[in-house]
Amino acid sequence: MSTKEMTGSEIIIQALKDQGVDVMFGLPGGVLLPLYDALFKQNGLRHILVKHEQAAVHAAEGYARSTGKVGTVLVTSGPGATNTVTGLVDAMMDSVPLVCLTGQVPSSLIGNDAFQEADITGITRGITKHNYLVKDVNDLGRVLHEAYYVARTGRPGPVLVDIPKDVLLSLGTYKTPGKNSAVEHKSYKPQVKGDTAAIKAAVKLISKAKKPLFYGGGGIVNSGDAACMLFNQFVKMTGIPCSLTLMGLGAYPGSDKQFLGMMGMHGTLEANMCMHDCDVMINIGARFDDRVTGRLDAFAPNSKKIHIDIDPSSINKNVVVDIPIIGDVAHVLEEMIKYWKADQCQIDKKALDKWWKEIEGWRAKDSLKYTKSNKVIKPQYALERIRDLALETKKDTFYTTEVGQHQMWAAQHLCFEKPKRWMTSGGLGTMGYGFPSAMGVQTAHPDALVVAIAGDGSFQMNLQEIATLIAYRLPVKCFILNNQFLGMVRQWQEMFHGERYSESHIDVQPDFIKLAEAYGALGLRATTPGELDGVIKKAFESDLPTIVDVRVDASENVFPMIPSGAAHNELIMGPEDTQNTENGGSVESGVLV
Amino acid sequence: MNNIDKDDILRHTVSVLVDNESGVLARVIGLFSGRGYNIESLTVAETDHEENLSKITIVTSGTRQVIEQIKAQLDRLVPVRKVVDLTIDGPSVEREMALVKVAGEGEHRVEALRIADIFRARVVDSSNASFVFEVFGKAGKVDAFIKLMEPLGLVDVSRTGVVAISRGAQGL
Repeated sequence: MSTKEMTGSEIIIQALKDQGVDVMFGLPGGVLLPLYDALFKQNGLRHILVKHEQAAVHAAEGYARSTGKVGTVLVTSGPGATNTVTGLVDAMMDSVPLVCLTGQVPSSLIGNDAFQEADITGITRGITKHNYLVKDVNDLGRVLHEAYYVARTGRPGPVLVDIPKDVLLSLGTYKTPGKNSAVEHKSYKPQVKGDTAAIKAAVKLISKAKKPLFYGGGGIVNSGDAACMLFNQFVKMTGIPCSLTLMGLGAYPGSDKQFLGMMGMHGTLEANMCMHDCDVMINIGARFDDRVTGRLDAFAPNSKKIHIDIDPSSINKNVVVDIPIIGDVAHVLEEMIKYWKADQCQIDKKALDKWWKEIEGWRAKDSLKYTKSNKVIKPQYALERIRDLALETKKDTFYTTEVGQHQMWAAQHLCFEKPKRWMTSGGLGTMGYGFPSAMGVQTAHPDALVVAIAGDGSFQMNLQEIATLIAYRLPVKCFILNNQFLGMVRQWQEMFHGERYSESHIDVQPDFIKLAEAYGALGLRATTPGELDGVIKKAFESDLPTIVDVRVDASENVFPMIPSGAAHNELIMGPEDTQNTENGGSVESGVLV
Repeated sequence: MNNIDKDDILRHTVSVLVDNESGVLARVIGLFSGRGYNIESLTVAETDHEENLSKITIVTSGTRQVIEQIKAQLDRLVPVRKVVDLTIDGPSVEREMALVKVAGEGEHRVEALRIADIFRARVVDSSNASFVFEVFGKAGKVDAFIKLMEPLGLVDVSRTGVVAISRGAQGL
């Protein structure tokens, strides 16, 4: 450990380097000039200049989620800081580790309504895991190291550090952290190891189950590659069916026969029926989100529930469980496997076979099927072609999405074999997330194939970042499934609001080819199924960032669907199966969210 | 506790030990308003200058599941050291203090003094036409005193909110 005298700006650069930060996403401004000056004078820390601060946060999220490292954002005071708010909530809801550095007006001006002053620690108090206002340069190094520690440990999340301009300029001491960079915090001590008695009880319950189900979530991915490996091992060992949430996709290989597909509002029939009928539910790193549970009083009515989560506040929040285990997924699974082996646990093979037979019955109904067409491009078909042609490139492929119909189709029809390959805005449902997120993913993985699946509505929320892709030669492939609608809004209006399409049709949109070309990117279009393969291949072969306008069938809806406020066994299979829309999901029946 | 229905609304006193840093009270209050929890009373003050600790005492209400959530959510805040539910984690004592201003003349004045005596309330200010009483006790006793002062010319009340501490030798 060494101590050095430096300016606040130099301390920030040094602390970030000591934290292993290699890139940050940001945009300078008045109060940050000293820091950008220090940035100019150094090597080793890359800065990606975005066009809008919201995009910087989403890019950092993409970086974080595809690498497992903490993403870093650097923005100026006032509007620069407030523009990060949506991204910070997004990261909070989806447990993405971020550190967001914001400039602040000089300490002496705080509270005076100074130019570009905003109380950003006040604004973000409830939407960050933690935040700091650093008033003394001598605290700066410690706070930064603590910020990275808080962001990445426990249930990960965004941490904001607000730094007044005078702190950037003044001289202070910086202590290099020791080899073991774990910060000793007096109050913040996340629990990692699970309770042994609870783990043993869980193992016993699983071994006695007749209709068990693994319900895996983003917590497995967040826990890391070891957790995913242990999860695979445990699922295989037990022979129990496995379903994943939207956030968990990739934690278990999508092509494996024990995988039932995604669960929830737009999950598969087999996954949702298993949720409803199971007798033991093993929730690992998921949070019983309303998009997964449907109507709470009809949720898995005959099941005993085990819930593994690192966040104690996730336990019994929405659903009361029988065996809660607080701890890190990897630690808990390791113990579970150990006791499973030690006790020579055997699942009732006969009962499990019977359970699988039931499941195969649901699976045979092929709930993700859709009516094929050779005239119009079905969005599901477009995704299948993108998936298969991406596979042919033999490149490591990462997908991001925006929010809406295309997002659900992507979750259903793409296939994820590995974790950290799927970046989507789950909790907050942020339109405008996917395109800048892909930028962050490509920054971290320059040689990978990074595909952003977008809708025409979402894409236009952060399309300015095409310029950033060009500037840094980030060849992101963006496919806009263009139906000239805010598609999910249109679908709900069709199903629940008497086909009154209030403000969901997008009358005017740019020529996406010309738009791409205006920035120097490649613009392509496919209007018929016959053109699709050629266009996708052309996009994948190009070295340029590519925007592909895929004209899809505007009348297509996402199925299956559990209407909001319905139970899992009231799932609507397709357009011909609408009886449930009338009783389960009519607007009159309650609040639809 | 077994005869409590899951929908019963319970009143709990929760003691929260926090790092005494800027914004910590706002974090706690923001949590309650943001998640729609009730605050019936809240007190806060520094309790350990050396260790830089403050104690927040919150009286809240909700179903058992909500009370458990409140404690888990409080514990999740980074500067929170410890959360103790004084209602269920063993016996505890609760106290509140109130300053009660009563204005009146003649019989009302005499009656106010007589009741104050019963409640062991002290007169801390008096004028020809008014008294200010200080009254200590459980929240219920303070409530009762205020209620009795109403017909005698009650004009103003300041209450501290509930402070509480566990009984016995253990610290928080």
